[in-house]
Amino acid sequence: MPRAGVNLLLGLLLLVAGCDDRPWNNPYPAAEDGQNILYASFRERPKHLDPARSYSSNEYQFIGQIYEPPLQYHYLKRPYTLVPLTAEALPEPRFFDAEGREVSGDDPALAYSVYEIRIRPGIRYQPHPAFARGADGRFLYHDLGPEDLEDLYTLADFPETGSRELVAADYVYQIKRLAHPRLFSPILGIMSDYIVGLKAFARRLDQADRELRAAGGHYLDLTRYHLEGVEVVDRYTYRIKVHGRYPQLRYWLAMPFFAPMPPEADRFYSQPGMAEKNITLDWYPVGTGPFMLTVNDPNRRMVLERNPNFHGERYPAEGEPGDAEAGLLEDAGRPLPFIDKAVYSLEKEDIPYWNKFLQGYYDTSGITSDSFDQAIRVGGEGEVTLTEAMQAKGIRLQTAVNTSIFYLGFNMLDPVVGGYGERQRKLRQAISIALDYEEYISIFANGRGIPAQGPIPPGIFGHVPGKKGINPYVYDWRDGRAVRKSTAEARRLLAEAGYADGVDQETGRPLVLYFDVTAMGPDDKARLEWYRKQFQKLDIQLIVRSTDYNRFQDKIRNGNAQIFIWGWNADYPDPENFLFLLYGPNGKVRHHGENAANYANPEFDRLFETMKTMDNGPVRQAIIDEMVDIVRRDAPWIWGFHPKGFALYHGWYYNAKPNLMANNTLKYRRIDPHLRKLRRAEWNRPILWPLGVAAGVLILLLVPAWFSYLRRIRRPGLTAAGEG
Amino acid sequence: MLAYIVRRLLYAVPILIGVNLLTFLLFFVVNTPDDMARMHLGMKHVTPEAIEQWKADRGYDKPLLYNAQETGMGRLTETIFFEKSVRLFAFQFGRSDAGRDIGHDIAQRMWPSLAIAVPILVFGLLANITVALLLVFFRATYVDAIGVVVLVALMSISALFYIIAGQYVIGKLLHLVPISGYDGGWQALKFIVLPVAVAVLYGIGSGSRWYRTLFLEEAGKDYVRTARAKGLGERVVLLRHILKNALIPILTGVVVLLPLLFMGSLVLESFFGIPGLGSYTIDAIRAQDFAIVRSMVFLGSVLYIIGLLLTDISYTLVDPRVRLS
Repeated sequence: MPRAGVNLLLGLLLLVAGCDDRPWNNPYPAAEDGQNILYASFRERPKHLDPARSYSSNEYQFIGQIYEPPLQYHYLKRPYTLVPLTAEALPEPRFFDAEGREVSGDDPALAYSVYEIRIRPGIRYQPHPAFARGADGRFLYHDLGPEDLEDLYTLADFPETGSRELVAADYVYQIKRLAHPRLFSPILGIMSDYIVGLKAFARRLDQADRELRAAGGHYLDLTRYHLEGVEVVDRYTYRIKVHGRYPQLRYWLAMPFFAPMPPEADRFYSQPGMAEKNITLDWYPVGTGPFMLTVNDPNRRMVLERNPNFHGERYPAEGEPGDAEAGLLEDAGRPLPFIDKAVYSLEKEDIPYWNKFLQGYYDTSGITSDSFDQAIRVGGEGEVTLTEAMQAKGIRLQTAVNTSIFYLGFNMLDPVVGGYGERQRKLRQAISIALDYEEYISIFANGRGIPAQGPIPPGIFGHVPGKKGINPYVYDWRDGRAVRKSTAEARRLLAEAGYADGVDQETGRPLVLYFDVTAMGPDDKARLEWYRKQFQKLDIQLIVRSTDYNRFQDKIRNGNAQIFIWGWNADYPDPENFLFLLYGPNGKVRHHGENAANYANPEFDRLFETMKTMDNGPVRQAIIDEMVDIVRRDAPWIWGFHPKGFALYHGWYYNAKPNLMANNTLKYRRIDPHLRKLRRAEWNRPILWPLGVAAGVLILLLVPAWFSYLRRIRRPGLTAAGEG
Repeated sequence: MLAYIVRRLLYAVPILIGVNLLTFLLFFVVNTPDDMARMHLGMKHVTPEAIEQWKADRGYDKPLLYNAQETGMGRLTETIFFEKSVRLFAFQFGRSDAGRDIGHDIAQRMWPSLAIAVPILVFGLLANITVALLLVFFRATYVDAIGVVVLVALMSISALFYIIAGQYVIGKLLHLVPISGYDGGWQALKFIVLPVAVAVLYGIGSGSRWYRTLFLEEAGKDYVRTARAKGLGERVVLLRHILKNALIPILTGVVVLLPLLFMGSLVLESFFGIPGLGSYTIDAIRAQDFAIVRSMVFLGSVLYIIGLLLTDISYTLVDPRVRLS
């Protein structure tokens, strides 16, 4: 090869390699090497980063680190415990009757609860152009014209930034934003039932917004409208007034919906021309938290960097038993956050994501079905450990049962499987026994789940573990564990229901049931076949009705589904958040609620209304036990299973403890960038010899071809057919 | 020629209206405005009032194609179809249903798409022509026979296999380039090497076979026999005569593809984490974002029409016998 060609090739290789000895396959810029940066991924671009709109975990992983509601969950303690974040203390409600007289919490005349929240002084917002002021004290960027916006494409293009102290009015402003007609906050409906005056406030804002838009205006100034149930008491104190008792409000106060929003930011983003450049509050958060979003490219990567104005917080000094032994208290009392920056890269496919984790380019990973066998070894007793390959890399495993449930629901409005008579109840109980969810978890979830004994998952108050907690209609307690009742027992119940051997004794026709699913892909075939076989154990014919997601939702809403799969993930760690899924007035068909099975049992509903406003304690537990027993007997759901989350962490990643309720856990994470750099270099040395071998083979092939070529060009007169 | 171009552009208008109508019907057969509202508002705690408000805010509260409540032209113009379609013809894509400016997104995302599409086209073309010429040179020999078998094998394997195998061997085993990802500027080079190599390899099978056929067809023509009769060497015959004349269908085939390079590759971009327009379209379909879907289909149609027009023009440039009228 000519010298120039060799030089060019070497030059290209060096360019690709980044001109130094760092791994060639390192996807990050060389400037980031050895820095205190956490690397993670996201699968799909977040839809909303506005705390009034955002309601999914892939969005909370960003805004949870930026926005600070008044309360948060203790990182280490279990059961999940609320602690103050920006608040000085956990708010204790005061109770009032309709005339405004203070009453006790159990007074029947109780009409309102008032939560007074006092925030800590001295907390400041991240640097942001919305706060920037000129020498005359006026905001620099609140009256921008089209010419001012010409060269501005992202928030970083604004040269000046400012900040100010967090005040109680910002929290009040955000609660008002829940009713903003252009935001469509997902919790407006539920909060309107509780926060006094919110429903009327939303109507008023809607009208005002219409008038504003008709007049060509953009910014709806919420400070000009009064919301009865929320008021500023003083610079650092505000009150929320709710109808009746609603202890769950404290949990909502730990969610971004109730984080502060400075009106200046709303005003800044509402200017004409900003939305056309995608500079909106929905894309550029502004908060007081430990991190701020500095790169917002949802098509490629999102970057959170340490907020220089962060008010400071310390790593918790206490946890639950075992935390100290696990090294989770080694950083006790140290200032948070530990990392300087978190880089989230868009990674849509499982295979590249998994391989980059193994190469050390992501600090943590979940486990997909494809990589399960590579990562996990399941022992004879069902215990899970990491494979030797994972252990050799220093990877650690953590598992946690999620606070969620996947269940198989019966439409209680259906004439065959629904209803509350003994016949229908026994039919449902028989099917509940026949569906072997232990087998399902083993086959389809790689053992990652535990069979549910009722609607409340472990980790939530009301869940009862062990012998006392089993569903006696489906399980027996034998040899210290829950054992599913036999198919013979299920057949007996089926016969008592009038369907002996799967035949309706009244009509003589075989029992045919319909299973409505959205599963249509080839991967779902085995799962649907499994369901068919479970019903076949009772000689029940199961017909699968597959449809697309939208039609499936229609069926559920209209009550046209018979048997279906559904799930729920906890909003907050309270049994009310699961038991309300079976509360009659929450029925999907009649009330557009979340009770997809349309279950309605007056006794259950009565107990629910009592239980939902109670504080946790033995009395509440007793009522929950009674409620759970009712639904176990009625069996509107086959309780399915609670999935178990598996997470892998590299050896340089510290303070990893699954917290399924907290959204702001990034500040607790600590990494050892030096160790990571060493490991990456060790694991990713470029291997060049196969290229040499390939080049050699190519040359070996080309040599005879070259001679053949020379031979042929010396023979003039080749014909088209080549015979010449 | 100008009159021809103007006429072709005018023909494009009904085609674009038809494409738009078809996209609209296909989309709304499976997604009602209520479904879209639910998808965007989330699954939890969504009230019927919120759905109605979302539809009104996004302009999905009107009839789809015909408004019986209106009079005159209002019956057609006061509809979702009209309101969502008419601005497309001025290339005003508006805002996505999630609230982002579509034009801004397209302007940002077309560059990564081009960053892989252009090298794939150029290197693919070079590789395909080289292999095809080689096989034609060794036609009717064991090299040709084995080559054709290899090409058929290459084109019979799924693109996904090339992608996964490429990532596994080059990225994971040999540690030569990042498995996936993207960066701006020169840093993009290390990310596009692998997808370009994979796409070129995948395209060699079908591309080289097609070009081989074109070359063989030319090799059988009289002027080639004449050239040989004049005593020209096989290399000269191949490169100066056969290649030159076979380039006409090759070039016109390439020209039609040029505008479509902007649209990106759906699979490649998704697997290699390239933030281009291909993955933009797929994401929009998954998210039931009609605003983006209709914009991308419209843009694709416009580019395809431009591509066909350029093809016609390129014919006149490479073949003097062709005249547009």
